[in-house]
Amino acid sequence: MESDEEGIYDVESDASINYNSSDDGIYSEGENTAHGEANDFMDEPTSYKCLTSDQIFNYMMKVVDEVNAILQLPPHITCILLNHFKWDKEKLMERYYEGDQDKIFEEAQTINPFRLKGKVVSSNTNNITSFSMQSTKRPLTTQEVCDICYLPSQHMNGLQCGHFFCIDCWNEYLRIKIIDEGQGQKIACPANDCNILTDYETILSLLRGSDIKTKYHQRLTDGFVMSHHLMKWCPSPGCSVVVKVTTAGTRNVTCICGHAFCFHCLQPIHEPVRCPLLKKWLRKCNDDSETAHWISANTKECPKCRATIEKNGGCNHMICQNKSCKFDFCWICLSAWSPHGSSWYNCNRYDANDSVAARTAQEKSRAALNRYLFYCDRYMNHRQSLELEHKLYSKIKFKMEEMQQHNMSWIEVQFLKKAVDILCKCRNTLKYTYVFAFYLRSNNQATIFEANQKDLEMATERLSEYLERDVTTDELSNIKQKVQDKAKYCEGRCEALLRHVYEGYDMDLWEYLDE
Amino acid sequence: MSTPARRRLMRDFKKLQEDPPAGVSGAPTEDNILIWNAVIFGPHDTPFEDGTFKLTIRFTEDYPNKPPAVRFVSKMFHPNVYADGGICLDILQNRWSPTYDVSAILTSIQSLLDEPNPNSPANSLAAQLYQQNKREYEKKVSAIVEESWMNE
Repeated sequence: MESDEEGIYDVESDASINYNSSDDGIYSEGENTAHGEANDFMDEPTSYKCLTSDQIFNYMMKVVDEVNAILQLPPHITCILLNHFKWDKEKLMERYYEGDQDKIFEEAQTINPFRLKGKVVSSNTNNITSFSMQSTKRPLTTQEVCDICYLPSQHMNGLQCGHFFCIDCWNEYLRIKIIDEGQGQKIACPANDCNILTDYETILSLLRGSDIKTKYHQRLTDGFVMSHHLMKWCPSPGCSVVVKVTTAGTRNVTCICGHAFCFHCLQPIHEPVRCPLLKKWLRKCNDDSETAHWISANTKECPKCRATIEKNGGCNHMICQNKSCKFDFCWICLSAWSPHGSSWYNCNRYDANDSVAARTAQEKSRAALNRYLFYCDRYMNHRQSLELEHKLYSKIKFKMEEMQQHNMSWIEVQFLKKAVDILCKCRNTLKYTYVFAFYLRSNNQATIFEANQKDLEMATERLSEYLERDVTTDELSNIKQKVQDKAKYCEGRCEALLRHVYEGYDMDLWEYLDE
Repeated sequence: MSTPARRRLMRDFKKLQEDPPAGVSGAPTEDNILIWNAVIFGPHDTPFEDGTFKLTIRFTEDYPNKPPAVRFVSKMFHPNVYADGGICLDILQNRWSPTYDVSAILTSIQSLLDEPNPNSPANSLAAQLYQQNKREYEKKVSAIVEESWMNE
């Protein structure tokens, strides 16, 4: 690179100052405490930030500027390159300085501005300023025919690929792409077989109307968030906040809207169970695998045609009702009826290997069904309790107001809200301990886990009882002591259980059952 | 009523009349410029030779920013044509560009006839025969070529 080229881009970065000057509005976790400190030990408070849609655009331009401080390219080109590398700055720099730069521009579907300069300068010396703008306007003297509407126009615009269209056709094309197809970062030149991408500077200079410009901004940031590996939209309905983590390892985050979720799988926080197991569990709960279990536990198949049969009478001489089968067989041993003679009591094939196998398979199925129902029942139970516990907040609020009328200060009654926070957190953890336990193969560590689970469950139930019933009947001073002690204990047990599970993950102590 | 789409279609028609590509023809219906009838003649030295295949083309007000819906009305036996006459062709879907016009659409479909893409079969029997049993494929094609003359 020659030094005179760098000077020109300095002007460019001045022009973009209005995009990136304000970065101060980013929410830090400090503003995030309104919805419960109890969540703090499950969140990793310093490792993520919440950004509103305006801040995302500023942040995007900030990233572009950071990279540009090194690459010295026009910002709109850097934006296209970064988008191609999914906004991984390091990867772009590494490839840019190690590999074939032309290839990078080609892969990213844009044109190397340094190459272009050479071309433009040699062909038309009057046009020297145009290369700093990605879009180029043809001189106004010649009228050309637009390839889209076939009409002559004096306002022809195009990208550096050299395909020019009139401003009306550009607007119509961009409207379809932005509004109908929802595209932003990946809008290509309208010419057939041209894959050169449009850049935000060209588009913003071409678009007429503030509505569509706003929409375009939105599409740009959407694309930015979707391709950025450290950003996710808050999955809560109607929330448009983006959570940005600093390291890929961060899991539990709480949006400023109050929704707490797992950054990896976007499900509500599901400690201590990990995303893949949770996914497996949710699939199991949703699909028909348990119906299949019921069928295999309660029915048999015709040994000949495999039709599923449920026994509805006492007689063990079965005749398959499948019209094309009509097989006679024994319900007990599942083999042909003919050797049984007239009386099945003399069934001498009763212990034959195949019948044993058939029956063990059925018993296994029954046991598996029972086991699943055991864990599912408890999981559902805590889920339901958790939903009901949320009603406690309004009840507690009323109680807190009442207490304040009885000589207690505002600060003195906050313990109640905190206790409900802890209760909900413990319920949530308990709910997912049953998912974890369902897949856990028993060993010494699993026994310790179950003991922790038992302790936590007992304590949580007591706390729930205090908050729901005793709080209205007991003496105020008395209940405060009881609730605070129990909440503290629950919090401690919950932490201990989680710590134990996470240690187990780290040290590879957990063995899983194959499902 | 004159809209950008209708104005452009008028110019497409004019272009098609002034500079007609070989082996294809098309014109808007009398009462609606958004609906066209077209004919593609089977290219020489292909199994489709001598066929006169009729199509309809339906445009929307978003033309040329969105592709029209093109469909064979005549019976067709081709790996990339669905039973209902719908055509599986990239430029009519994801690779559409507003710089294409009716003439480009018709000539692309014409060249698709002899250069099918068996990897995205819309008619699995046709795709299978095209790859494994050319004789049988050509027999089926000549049957629809003959059929194309009947509905004149």
